[in-house]
Amino acid sequence: MFSSASRSCTRVLGTVRLVFRSVITQATDKQAAKNGAAGVEEAMRKDMPEKDIRPVYLDAQATTPLDPRVLDKMLPYLVTHYGNPHSRTHAYGWESEAAMETARVQVAKLIGADPKEIIFTSGATESNNIAVKGVARFYKAKKKHVITTQTEHKCVLDSGRVLENEGFDVTYLPVQTNGLIDMKELEDAMRPDTSLVSVMFVNNEIGVRQPVEEIGKLCRSKKVFFHTDAAQAVGKVPVDVNSMNIDLLSISGHKIYGPKGVGVLYVRRRPRVRVEPPQSGGGQERGMRSGTVPTPLVVGLGAACEVAGKEMEYDSKHIEMLSNRLVNRIMAECPSVIRNGDKDHMYPGCVNLSFAYVEGESLLMALKDVALSSGSACTSASLEPSYVLRAIGADEDLAHSSIRFGIGRFTTEEEIDYTAERCIKHVKRLREMSPLWEMVQEGVDIKSIKWSQH
Amino acid sequence: MSATRSQVLSLYKHILREGKKFVDYNFRMYAVRRTKDQFRSNKEISDSSKIQELIKEAEENLEIMRRQVLIGQMYGDGKLVIESATQEESKSR
Repeated sequence: MFSSASRSCTRVLGTVRLVFRSVITQATDKQAAKNGAAGVEEAMRKDMPEKDIRPVYLDAQATTPLDPRVLDKMLPYLVTHYGNPHSRTHAYGWESEAAMETARVQVAKLIGADPKEIIFTSGATESNNIAVKGVARFYKAKKKHVITTQTEHKCVLDSGRVLENEGFDVTYLPVQTNGLIDMKELEDAMRPDTSLVSVMFVNNEIGVRQPVEEIGKLCRSKKVFFHTDAAQAVGKVPVDVNSMNIDLLSISGHKIYGPKGVGVLYVRRRPRVRVEPPQSGGGQERGMRSGTVPTPLVVGLGAACEVAGKEMEYDSKHIEMLSNRLVNRIMAECPSVIRNGDKDHMYPGCVNLSFAYVEGESLLMALKDVALSSGSACTSASLEPSYVLRAIGADEDLAHSSIRFGIGRFTTEEEIDYTAERCIKHVKRLREMSPLWEMVQEGVDIKSIKWSQH
Repeated sequence: MSATRSQVLSLYKHILREGKKFVDYNFRMYAVRRTKDQFRSNKEISDSSKIQELIKEAEENLEIMRRQVLIGQMYGDGKLVIESATQEESKSR
């Protein structure tokens, strides 16, 4: 009797809950329908900032805004000239093809290449995949060894893993504490059956610029192909594929104020570099990358390259000034701040700082008015310390406390001052709360402490 | 010669005025800074063909800015935190 009453009671409660839930769902559905896509977006993140307090953007290594000059060149190909650039039988195709070829010339000019050597892809990740896997697989009958570094982008490292599964030998060269590779170690790692060396031009996390000229010279003398991931370098530092002896080079559109979803792989013609294309299809882009070339995107990439070429000197002066301003401000006010990466061989637009005794994620949360990252966007979801910082031998705690400041063409002095001021304030605040910081102030050597009781 | 001078000055004014219309804070600040620096760095150029070339380029840029300012007005979405902060400060003053 009692049990049945309680059971029915539960049932009633259950029904009530069900009804209640359906009411709520209906309400949210209505809300979502009313707000359209924006409602869904807001539902995704409760902590989205309100309108008119958009954070300052300081993450230029993750992506850059589309330059209005670039969008202006793209729009006609999104609105009017929609032809397939590979259509050979009508004017729609011809005008798109002409635009695509102009873009090819613009890209080639920026890196000192021949337009025929420019292969359009979907981005630097695809370019890196074609380069690393493509070269290794094409020459696999005679050569089974590939060399890369531990600080490469995930897509190069992962391509390396795939090659290892296919039976290739892959050497992941360690880097020195300044982030640069040791040329002697590279030479020692080379074998008669080495087909490719892949070293990134400018590192995306610590901004270190590898000695590309020397690597190119060494690779050429050993008749090994040299690929460089220059997604963070092209348009920002001078790149010349001939004087630097680069055989393959990857470019990303959206890192140089161009559109997302487009990139370039430069593939040398003399001496000829052959690749086995990972993607099969209509044989576009000299058979290396099948699939219709997206005209509006490559027009944008071409325009971005042209603007970058014209503005490089002006931009680098501006970025260097802002970079020094930021670093000097923070260093002057905060003790125990370590700059990661070599001081001289680096791109100033990427500033990676470790704030000792402050947890990086907490600082990022506190600095919600500034769009920053603790490292590469690909790994920004995990709380693991960056593998790049671990590769340069940073202590675990310092790797956890690092923040990357990305300065670009559109960053202003005001934004830098705002960021520096916020950063200093919150580092001080977080340190005041930290027992570790207190102990350091009292002169305790943190490293000598045995934390475990047993 | 003076005709060119007034032409350049008027172009400068127009470009600067257009640049200030960008809704996006970063594009607006860049347009103003770049315009000022560009005209200043080219001040000493006396070669008339070079000047004509630069005038043509500037006119093209002005057209681009006019279109892009409009697009920015159509799709702009909120202000940056530092813009809002400076506005509040000036209001309280």
